[in-house]
Amino acid sequence: MSAARPDRFVGQPILRREDHRLLRGQGQYVADLVLPRMLHAAFVRSPMAHARIKSVDLARAKAVPGVALALAGAELMRLLPPVPDTQLSLPAKWKTTVQHKIHNPQQPLLATDKVRHVGEAIAVILAESRYVAEDAAELVDVELETLPAVIDAEQAVKPGGTLVHEQLGTNVIGEFAIAKGDVEGAMARAPHRLKRRFYHHRYSGVPMECRGVLGVYDQRTDSMTIWSSTQVVHWLRREASGILDLPEGRVRVVAPDVGGGFGVKGHVYPEDLLIPFLARRVGRPVRWIEDRHEHLMCSTHSRDQTHELEVGFDGEGRILAIRDRFIADCGAWNPIGIGVVYNSAVHLTGPYKVDNLAVSARVVSTNKVPSAPYRGAGRPEASFAMERTIDLIAATLGIEPAEIRRRNMIPGSAMPYRIGLPYRDGEPIVYDSGDFPAGLEKAVAAVGGVAAFRERQRAAREKGRYLGLGIGCYTEGTGVGPFEGASVRIEPNGKLHVAGGACAQGQGMETIFAQIVADAWAVKPEDVTIQLADTAGIAIGFGTMASRSTVTLSGAIHYASDKLRKKVLSIAAQLLECAVVDLELRDGGVSIVGVPERRVSLAQVARAARPGWDHGRPAGMDPGLEETHYFEPQTVTWTNATHAAIVEVDIQTGRVKIEKYAIAHDCGVVVNPLLLEGQIVGGAAQGLGGILMEGYTYDAEGQLLTGSLMDYLLPTASDIPDMELIHLESPSPLNPLGVKGVGEGGAIAPPAAIANAICDALAPFKVEFNQTPITPEQIVRAAKQF
Amino acid sequence: MKPAKFAYHAPSSLDEAVSLLQRYAGEARVLAGGQSLIPMMNFRIAAPAALVDLNRMPDLDYIRQEGGVVRIGAMTRQRKLEFSPVIAERLPLLRDAIKLVGHLPTRSRGTIGGSLAHADPAAELPMMLQVLEGEVVARGPAGERVIKAGEFFRSLLTTALTAEEILIEVRFPAMPAGARYAVEEFARRHGDFAICAVAAVLQCDGNRCTKARLATGGTGPVPLRLEAAEAVLEQKGLSEAAVEEAAEAAARAVEPMADQNGSAEFRRHLSRVLTGRVLRKAIEEKSR
Amino acid sequence: MSDLIDIRLTVNGVAHEGRAEPRRLLVDFLREDLGLTGTHAGCEHGICGACTVLFNGEAARSCIMLAVQANGAEIRTIEGLTEDGRLHPLQEAFHREHGLQCGFCTPGMLIAALDFLRVNPSPSEEEIREAMSAVICRCTGYRNIVRAVASAAQKMQVKP
Repeated sequence: MSAARPDRFVGQPILRREDHRLLRGQGQYVADLVLPRMLHAAFVRSPMAHARIKSVDLARAKAVPGVALALAGAELMRLLPPVPDTQLSLPAKWKTTVQHKIHNPQQPLLATDKVRHVGEAIAVILAESRYVAEDAAELVDVELETLPAVIDAEQAVKPGGTLVHEQLGTNVIGEFAIAKGDVEGAMARAPHRLKRRFYHHRYSGVPMECRGVLGVYDQRTDSMTIWSSTQVVHWLRREASGILDLPEGRVRVVAPDVGGGFGVKGHVYPEDLLIPFLARRVGRPVRWIEDRHEHLMCSTHSRDQTHELEVGFDGEGRILAIRDRFIADCGAWNPIGIGVVYNSAVHLTGPYKVDNLAVSARVVSTNKVPSAPYRGAGRPEASFAMERTIDLIAATLGIEPAEIRRRNMIPGSAMPYRIGLPYRDGEPIVYDSGDFPAGLEKAVAAVGGVAAFRERQRAAREKGRYLGLGIGCYTEGTGVGPFEGASVRIEPNGKLHVAGGACAQGQGMETIFAQIVADAWAVKPEDVTIQLADTAGIAIGFGTMASRSTVTLSGAIHYASDKLRKKVLSIAAQLLECAVVDLELRDGGVSIVGVPERRVSLAQVARAARPGWDHGRPAGMDPGLEETHYFEPQTVTWTNATHAAIVEVDIQTGRVKIEKYAIAHDCGVVVNPLLLEGQIVGGAAQGLGGILMEGYTYDAEGQLLTGSLMDYLLPTASDIPDMELIHLESPSPLNPLGVKGVGEGGAIAPPAAIANAICDALAPFKVEFNQTPITPEQIVRAAKQF
Repeated sequence: MKPAKFAYHAPSSLDEAVSLLQRYAGEARVLAGGQSLIPMMNFRIAAPAALVDLNRMPDLDYIRQEGGVVRIGAMTRQRKLEFSPVIAERLPLLRDAIKLVGHLPTRSRGTIGGSLAHADPAAELPMMLQVLEGEVVARGPAGERVIKAGEFFRSLLTTALTAEEILIEVRFPAMPAGARYAVEEFARRHGDFAICAVAAVLQCDGNRCTKARLATGGTGPVPLRLEAAEAVLEQKGLSEAAVEEAAEAAARAVEPMADQNGSAEFRRHLSRVLTGRVLRKAIEEKSR
Repeated sequence: MSDLIDIRLTVNGVAHEGRAEPRRLLVDFLREDLGLTGTHAGCEHGICGACTVLFNGEAARSCIMLAVQANGAEIRTIEGLTEDGRLHPLQEAFHREHGLQCGFCTPGMLIAALDFLRVNPSPSEEEIREAMSAVICRCTGYRNIVRAVASAAQKMQVKP
């Protein structure tokens, strides 16, 4: 039964409801939450990259007035139950299909025997103020016996060296290999071969809000409430329930307003568990707010992959075979396991037809901050390697890079296209929809087209100016499972209340899901409450990461609504004394098709549905108007984009000015075009920051050299150009709304597009930039200016 | 990141301020704009026993013209200099350089005295003191003394000020009418400290350069007058060849540092490039 | 050594009194002592700009000011932008142009923009970009922030 929808909200650039509070300074981030008698936490963090902990003396810290507690790892271990193995699990289907090995060393909540990265927590102080807690933290005497720091991932794989986790006997904590076709044969027969090393450096999300956790234990109900700046409230609840030895029903986790996540807040951190544990122990609320200095040295980093890629191709530039071996430096711990690295492998060939492919990867422990997914989650690294390779093929053959792409792209007519490898959900990868060549054409046209550009480039070179055109393409699997949950309820006042397992960090979920629900129920978005990021709203949920929430939560909402609608229409049929087939949802109620004045409001239906005397339900129908559904997508649905950039490179200073930046993007049906553009531009800005200025660097002893925002350079409004966005829309056949994921895509292609543009600009100098970031000094040196 | 404890004083006279500094014998820091000091204290890289806050001091915030000299109180906010008609008219190069100092919100608080006393070599104002041949007035226990730019910057983040002295005034000779000037900076982002900056003031007579003053910041431990480059212009004029030779002389003169933002060779290279650009810009622009 | 110091100041037109240690940062005093949590601390080293407030009418980074420096001062924070419950043109423009996502940098953006438009009421796009580079955003990529400031500038000029 369809809903008559004179005003469809999906597809409209509806302004955000979140703005009401955020623009007035009435947002509620964890740092804004205050509870009576609240204590403030500060951590003592390791100044060394790798060391044995000989002793931790808390006596002077404990003596500071205002300190309520000081605790180090050894004592904490005696108080805690054993930490269960709770890594993001891989589906059995993947495990049996892909040859792999994984170790999962569990990070203790406070370091006990060793510290394994600068910034690792050694002790925690609780005090009346953060100021006092930091005073006390300075007075903790830690005796460390320095160990050699494992800093170079390629060295770290060699046997006989220092081990980050001795009990594993190796620094290789994960590896896998995938292959299809006949790489050996095809490579050997290829008329041309190219082999290059590509390095994608270490950088990460650096959200404007650092992390934070507030825990309060309620004696009366023996329950814990946790507020965390997290993307994964249900995951946190599950782990907290274990640590606290409380049933999940007595642990509530809420993510209030969260100031950016980008993947960095997409897993459970030690502090998420330790803070609530301490809150119960001391019987007072405890709040920890990560400061920026801490954030840079203990919130997860990302990327940091070195690829050795070999490609075989013919004289027309058609790719015949690719072999890629890569190493990912995952730092001291590995909270998300092998997901990012596997993403790199299966996204490597992107929009291109490559029948013979072999990718093997190793995940390596080093004494650096642990790595976890960050916007793109392995795909930027892959896209960079592939897109640079395309341009190198082009340069080898003297053919336009855009043309090489055209010749290799899977055409729109080939959809659905089987790739022949499993996704990390274990399902065979099938590009379900999309027109990659069309996106390429539109992006290139948006920057003025190749021919016109080459003419400008030639004229500019004669005047000693260096312009370059660069392209970056990608495909992205979005909306991954295993599931998301939604509960749809009609309130006594007839309005909709929808609770879901997704968590927002600025994406505007309250707005877009209200649009979706409004369409499903023929109500106005204002009449829809969206409750997210609260385990009290729905008991089972998964959380937000991997560009999944639009797809998975909309699917759960759709199917829950389907179930509920049947009930609503049955009740309405009874109230209106007609058949269900005669009815439609309209204007916040149910009316007879063609006779809109014969209607009941949803409020009337809700009243009729109530349990008790004088209800209005058909005989045999259960009371209540709430349905829950867990949408388990079969597999991911595929988006794609092409980024095209025109840059001007000042070869004397190395400054790169982005003259034009265009993105042709396809994310299926668009729920809110205004918010969609915000996601793409925001992601692209982070990608540009990554290629041109951001980066975590370490010295040979594992000291983090980028411990402040003066060193970790975030792009500002002067650094990010305006962008032209072109939308293509290939609805997804894999979910009822036809939507695809949006959150990450923008960050995937900029490193490739800009690197290609810079190399194109510097073509007269025969420059290859196969690593990130690309700094002014590198450019000036490459152009032999000194 | 919260600062460690300190004693706080907000003197209302210079005598009081100086005697506080004497009392703390080097363990007190002066709080002017705080844009450099407070971040360091938040990191606990700086943890002085006391802060002597000059923000309540009367009579340190002024811009006066006296004869051919512009006298600026040390606590004058950079923002005030940015929008001052006197500065725009008498010291237009200073106005141009101030726009490169951080961002408007930092210029709201940052002071000219604070920036000079902090003497970050990558800051723009120390370079201005050099290129405009300014001088500072310091007040200490023994009274006041005038320190010329050339003697003020001693080494990295170190000036001629003693621990008990307060910088109270900055003086610049007004730029001569008809002077050509320019400042060029290379930084990773707008508002960042300079990786290399060069400023020039030229007095010209036709194709001759009667007086050239060039200074650089960001390359070495102190802002440097580029005297060899100045000599090239004064002797050889303003042709492109002379400009290139001056740029080479500048590159030879600098003592560049290496850090995350660039190697020493890169900075030396930038000195040559920016000197050339600054001179071409100054020569081409109409004089004010 | 760290006696509490009396502070009297006006915030958003309302007189406040408090006491603070000399080392207490202005951003913490506003947020915790006065309960005005609209101003955010993003870095505590004066780089990100999320903590920007109007201090005696000029934008300033409150994470690198001491609370004691605010004695006698007039401060305006994001909570003080609305007038009689009506959004300031800048707030309206940010809403219309989708100039915020997570909202964490937004207080800084609004205050920095307010100050900037007072000194430059009719800015070019490049001038807006340069001025708004004073506050860092990780969500929006700045495009819509620039549009919002430009749009607000136009609307604010129309008013007498």
